[in-house]
Amino acid sequence: MSNENSSANPALRQDGLGLSRRSFLRNSGAAVGGMAAAVAALSPLLELQADDIPTVDAFIQKHYKEMDEGEMQIALNRISAKVKERYDIEPNLRDIRPKEGVEFVYALNLSRCIGCRKCVYACVDENNQSRSPEIQYIRVLEMPMGTLDLEAGKHDYDRPKVPSGDHFYMPIQCHQCADAPCTKVCPVEATWTEPDGITVVDYDWCIGCRYCEAACPYWARRFNFSTPELEPEDINPDMSYLSNRPREKGVMEKCHFCLHRTREGKMPACQEVCPTGARKFGNVLDPRSEVSQILKTKRVFVLKEDVGTLPRFFYYFDERHARPEGQEG
Amino acid sequence: MVDYCRFVWRSFRISLVGDWRYHLWMAILTIVALVGLNAYAKQLVHGLGVTGMTDQVSWGLYIANFTFLVGMAAAAVMLVIPVYIYRNKELHDLVIFGELLAVAAVVMALLFVVVDMGRPDRFHHLFLKFNFPMSMLAWDVIVLNGYLLLNSHICGYLVYCAYRKRPPTRAFYIPFVFLAIFWAISIHTVTAFLYVGLGGRPFWNSAIIVPRFLASAFAAGPAFLILALEIIDRVTLYKVPEKALTTLRSIVTVALLINLFMLGSEIFTELYAGSAHAVSWKYLLFGLHGHNALVPWIWTAISLELLAVCCLLTPLRRNKTLMSIACAFVVVGIWVEKGMGLIIPAFIPSPIGEVVEYMPTLNESLICFGIWAFGLLLFTIFVRISIPVLSGRMTIDSDYDPNSPVDKNQLEAGREAEPMVQG
Repeated sequence: MSNENSSANPALRQDGLGLSRRSFLRNSGAAVGGMAAAVAALSPLLELQADDIPTVDAFIQKHYKEMDEGEMQIALNRISAKVKERYDIEPNLRDIRPKEGVEFVYALNLSRCIGCRKCVYACVDENNQSRSPEIQYIRVLEMPMGTLDLEAGKHDYDRPKVPSGDHFYMPIQCHQCADAPCTKVCPVEATWTEPDGITVVDYDWCIGCRYCEAACPYWARRFNFSTPELEPEDINPDMSYLSNRPREKGVMEKCHFCLHRTREGKMPACQEVCPTGARKFGNVLDPRSEVSQILKTKRVFVLKEDVGTLPRFFYYFDERHARPEGQEG
Repeated sequence: MVDYCRFVWRSFRISLVGDWRYHLWMAILTIVALVGLNAYAKQLVHGLGVTGMTDQVSWGLYIANFTFLVGMAAAAVMLVIPVYIYRNKELHDLVIFGELLAVAAVVMALLFVVVDMGRPDRFHHLFLKFNFPMSMLAWDVIVLNGYLLLNSHICGYLVYCAYRKRPPTRAFYIPFVFLAIFWAISIHTVTAFLYVGLGGRPFWNSAIIVPRFLASAFAAGPAFLILALEIIDRVTLYKVPEKALTTLRSIVTVALLINLFMLGSEIFTELYAGSAHAVSWKYLLFGLHGHNALVPWIWTAISLELLAVCCLLTPLRRNKTLMSIACAFVVVGIWVEKGMGLIIPAFIPSPIGEVVEYMPTLNESLICFGIWAFGLLLFTIFVRISIPVLSGRMTIDSDYDPNSPVDKNQLEAGREAEPMVQG
C-alpha cells in the first residue's frame, strides 16, 4: 500500500486514504474471512453429479437447426453414450426429419372417450417421461354433462369403473397450434413448429425460463423441476432427438405427436392404445385420410377458439341423427 | 488511468470503513447474502424442485420480485425528470441517489431472472440464438442491460468528475440522462408486455396493467428512496433538504392514487361483468373452492396502500415518523400487490381449470432474501462512496479520514457554496 501522502503529515501515521493501518488490516482480515464464508456458502456444489456438469461437447453443441449432418451425428453419439451409461441400454437414437406434404392433425371423439386414461400411461411408457416427479403430457378431465367449462372438470377423478353415466371425458394434450404462442415467446428459439405441424423442443438448447409454459393456453408444457427419474426397464430405446430421448433437469418438454413413430408411418402411442377408437390421427393434407373425412363431415370444434392459436387438435361428438348427404341447404 | 485505478482502490477501501452501525448493517447484509448464495447452490444441485413452483404455478416469488424491482429501477426517473426537465433545484443533488438505487435494483432484477432459470449453464444461448424481436423476454434482456449500462455510466461519470474536481462535460452525460428517461419507461413497459401479451392468461391479458405497472413503480420507488434518504440524513453527515422530501412525497401520493384508481377500475371491470375471465380475480380477492392462500395478502396490501393514502393526503404527513411509516406501507403494499398479487393469481386456476396453490419454500425464500441483501449491500456501498466524494471531502488531492469528526456546520456551509453535481 502507498504511503506517499502520509509524509505530508507524519504525525497521523496514515496512508493516502487517511485510514489507519491497523483498521485497514482489520478490514482486510474481515474481507478474507468473507471470501472464506463465500466459499463455504458454495459448498453444496460439491454434491453436483458428473452428469449435471455439461461436457465440452454438450456446451459447444449448436442449435438443432444449425447443425450439419456431421455435427448432428456427434450430438447423437454423445446422447446415445450418455443413455447407455445412465441406463445401460443401447438406444436406437436418430434424427427424423418431417416429410414433404404432411401436416398432422388429431381428432378426438368425445362421445366415445370413456376416461380410462390408457392414453395417459401409454404416452408415459412411449416417451420416457420422468416417473418421479411424475410427468404426463395428457390430462383427462371428467366433465359434468351440459357444460364445456373446463373449470367444471375434475382432474383427479378416481373411480373403480369408468365411464360414469352422468359425465363425459375430455383428454387435453398439446394442440400443436398453427400460431403457437409458446414458440413466439421463447427467448432463445429452443422451441418451434416443424413443417409437418409439430411443435418441438430442442432439449439441449432450452434455458429453462418457463415463459412458454406461461404462454400456453392449453397447459400442454411440462418442466423438469428435478432430475427425471426412470428405471432402466422403463426406458423405450426407440428414440429421436426431437421427441422421446431422456431429458435432463431444468428443461421443458411436451407432446410431440410421437414424431419418432408418426414420421415413420406409425400412429402415436395414445391413438394406438385407445380401446374405443375415440382418437383419430393423420395427415390433413391427404384428402383420403380419416382425419380429413372427419373435418369434412363432422361438427368439430377446437378448445378456446377465442385465443386464436389455431390448434391442430379437434374435438367432435358423434351425431345421432346426422343429416343424410345431399340434403344440405 | 492510474488516477482511475486509485479512485477504485480508495472507493473499495472506504466501503470497508464506518461506524459500528455501518459495520453491523453490512455484516448482517453479508451474512444474509451468503445464506442466499448457499441456498442457490442447493438449488443448482437439486433443480428448481426445491422451490414451491409446479407445472401449474410455474412462476413464483422470483418473478414476482423481478417485476417489483424493475419498477423500482424505473422509478429513478421520477427524480431525473423534475431535475433535468423542470430544473427543480431541490432534487438536484438527489438524482445521483435515485440512479444508484436504479443500478442496485436492476442488478437485483437480473439476479432474480438468473435464479429462475432452469439451465443457467446455457446462458450463452442468449447470445447465439436470440429470438428478437419476437420474444418479449429478449426485449427485456436488452432494455434491462441497457438501462444498467446507462445508469452506471451516468452515476460513475458524475461521481468520478466530482472526485477529479472537474466540472462534468455536458455532452458526456446530458444525452444519456434524457435517453435514460425514455429507457426507464421502456424497461417497465416491456416488462409489463411480457405478461399482458399472453392471450392464454386472461388475468394478465389486460392493457391497463401496463400503466398500472408504471404508476405503482412511481409510488414504490420514490417511497423507498424517501426511506433511504431519511436513513442517510440520520446516519451520515449529508443533510437531505426538506423540500426534496416534500417533492418526493407528492410524487408518491399522486402515483399511489393513480395506481389505486386503475386497480379499482380493473377490479370493477372484471367482477361486474362477471365473465369467466374474472375467476383469477375471484381467487385472489375471495378464494376459490376453499383455496384462499392469497386472500390475506391482497387485502393486507390494499389496506396498507389505503392507510398510506390517508396519511399522505392529510396533515398527518407533516409528522416525519408517520410519513416514514406511510412510505414503508407503500413499498410493502405494492410489493405484495404487484408481486404475489399480480404474478401468482394468473396461474390459478391453470388454463385447463385446475386449482393448485403456490407456497414458496424456505430455500426459495432464502434465495430471495439473499438477493435483496446483496442489492442493499451494493446500494449502501454506492452511497458510502458517493457521499464523501460529492460533498468534496474525498477528492483526487485530499486525504479523507472517514473516522475523524467533522464540524457539521462547516460542511453544510461548504456544500451550499458549491453544489455537488454540476448540471
